[in-house]
Amino acid sequence: MVHFFTFNHNNIEYYFIWDIESGSLFNVSNVAFLCAKNLYGTLSDRESDLFNKTPKDDIKFFSNEFKLLEQDGCLNSKQSVKSFKKNLNYVKALCLHICHDCNLNCDYCFAGGGKYNSPKDYMTFDVGKHAIDFLIENSGNIKNIEVDFFGGEPLMNFDVVKKITDYAKITAKNSNKNIYFTLTTNCLLLNEDKANYLNEEMDNVVLSIDGRKETHNAVRHSLNNKNAFDIILNNAKYFVKIRGNRKYYVRSTFTNKNLDFSNDVEFLRKEGFSQISVEPVVLPKNHKLAIQEKHIEKINNEYDNLANSYIQKREEGNWYNFFHFMIDLEKGPCISKRLTGCGAGVEYLAVSPSGDLYPCHQFVGKEKFKIGNVFDGINKSEIRESFANNTVLIKENCKNCPAKYFCGGGCASNSYNFTGSISNTYDIGCKMLVKRFENSLAISAIEKIASNS
Amino acid sequence: MKQINIIAKNTFDKNHKIGCNECQASCQSACKTSCTVGNQSCVFQDVAVNKKESDRA
Ligand code: SF4
Ligand code: SF4
Repeated sequence: MVHFFTFNHNNIEYYFIWDIESGSLFNVSNVAFLCAKNLYGTLSDRESDLFNKTPKDDIKFFSNEFKLLEQDGCLNSKQSVKSFKKNLNYVKALCLHICHDCNLNCDYCFAGGGKYNSPKDYMTFDVGKHAIDFLIENSGNIKNIEVDFFGGEPLMNFDVVKKITDYAKITAKNSNKNIYFTLTTNCLLLNEDKANYLNEEMDNVVLSIDGRKETHNAVRHSLNNKNAFDIILNNAKYFVKIRGNRKYYVRSTFTNKNLDFSNDVEFLRKEGFSQISVEPVVLPKNHKLAIQEKHIEKINNEYDNLANSYIQKREEGNWYNFFHFMIDLEKGPCISKRLTGCGAGVEYLAVSPSGDLYPCHQFVGKEKFKIGNVFDGINKSEIRESFANNTVLIKENCKNCPAKYFCGGGCASNSYNFTGSISNTYDIGCKMLVKRFENSLAISAIEKIASNS
Repeated sequence: MKQINIIAKNTFDKNHKIGCNECQASCQSACKTSCTVGNQSCVFQDVAVNKKESDRA
């Protein structure tokens, strides 16, 4: 299967051919693009008119060139892996819900104000300790294991974070495992002491800020602090200053109220953040902030604007990284990961404050997805089984999707929330994802062409 | 320009069908709402795709 797309940068139209099954990318002339599209795709009426004017010799030349690429297995290639099931023999990553409470109240929070639609709850060290023991015991031969401190706001239960970290480091060392920690925070409590601690102990830190002050304040409300945005921004900037080159992300959410989100990215960049992730909100379609079908065209144009300024800024020496434009065309993940995506419910599980196990953080509190607890282990193996089978290969909408080996079949939770099944797709999300995917291919290609010239 | 410029060729490593599973679980990296896997790096490749080329290991 072959996918065709174009990208305009600095008034130059770039024509791209993407071979879906082999992961091959070609930047071609307009004529070559039309000839390939005639052979492997469907020409629009306007393209047909142009193709009919193409000299016969050119058509013959390109047909021969494309035949050679086909023989090389990099054009019009066939699907080689037809079925796959995720290995159920281990759990390697846990998301610990350190507390179901939050000092911000965001209009779009999937956790219902941090509480997951249940009473406030804080994880105890005892639950955390059992979670770590569960992880070590269930990680089999896997050497690299991961723990993510999540909430609500995990800094509201900071002492427990520290105790669990200490315990996990010792236990992992005794078991000959490498353990990696991530913490996600809204930065309101991120004073210098805590920042220094996180910088020392966490392998990755995710700082939630929604970009410009007006964007942030429109949807993220502080319970008792009018200057919350300024505090958050200053705390995040301090953290990033001491962080240097080590891993972190500033993570924002955009809603239908800031469809010009490239300005939020630019704001964050100018404030000195170089690792930026700005994500579309996922909400039921009748929510006042929800992304709906009618917003897609504007959003996709905005991704084009962002991609253009991204290339330009990086070229000018103002390098930054945008999470969803990251792509590794040389040394990306193996095909197993590409087929199975996020690993929720199988290798990745979430732990509620009371120790219940769920397929991932977004399923926490959904009773029918509770698969056990950290004291007694997994007792609903049929739920895990259903997640293990839930690969990109079984999803009807993914069969011909150009992004399938980059997306891995999408988010099971979004699929469940929108369709009632974990094995479908969240179509609005797919439209944005495919656009971002094309943009990231175009960025890679244009940067590669520039570095070779 | 070249008529057909190969930017990347056969980039999916189909030989590692089972995978070693030592790489980072994708929802741990940043987003927590819409993970993708193509922007993750293989743990055995000395490349961190989120770093400036000159800063990569
Ligand atoms: S973008 Fe959507 S259709 Fe494409 S692979 Fe992902 S979930 Fe499937
Ligand atoms: S189901 Fe969705 S939210 Fe959960 S780990 Fe997978 S991609 Fe992330």
